[in-house]
Amino acid sequence: MIIDALDIVTAICLALGCFLGISGGVGIYRLPDFYTRMHATSVTDSACAFLILFGLMLQSGFSLVTVKLGFILLFMVLSSPTAAHALAKTAVQFGIEPLLGREDKR
Amino acid sequence: MYAATSLAILVVMGLSLVRAVLGPTAFDRVMAVNMFGTKTVLLIAVMGFLTGRPDFLDIAMVYALVNFLSTIAVLRFFERRCQDNDQRTEEQ
Repeated sequence: MIIDALDIVTAICLALGCFLGISGGVGIYRLPDFYTRMHATSVTDSACAFLILFGLMLQSGFSLVTVKLGFILLFMVLSSPTAAHALAKTAVQFGIEPLLGREDKR
Repeated sequence: MYAATSLAILVVMGLSLVRAVLGPTAFDRVMAVNMFGTKTVLLIAVMGFLTGRPDFLDIAMVYALVNFLSTIAVLRFFERRCQDNDQRTEEQ
């Protein structure tokens, strides 16, 4: 019973993570400008990675694998916002302007 | 379940590689490569569960750290070049 519930929760987590990942992938391919693309990347880096790793953690039970997955999650939670911040800061310093307003109205 | 997840992650990796090839600025490429690395970590983890041998998680952990360090190193390089350009214009 509990195993079934865990399986269902894992499936939901993985499906949500896949959905967020694919939407972020479409976003990084189609969005018009560097900063909007960076927002799509941040979605996949935070929510998608968190959901997929959490779903895997539920499957592995109490073992060393769970601890390793937790460490990967911790590294990602710490490093991906830092990387995004550094990227945006360097881009602003480099003089990349954000796209303001719609393209057809300019 | 794991097969579908790894397939979706592969699709996302392909899309980010397309952006890394197309990307108009260098920052787009850095961002796309960073996202590719993150998805590689996830793919390694999911593939471990798919084959029933989650021994590759150590590699995934190391890859997460190396990915972060490489992004920061490339960005430091750009930042240094920005500052050099600023100093040069000030000297002129």
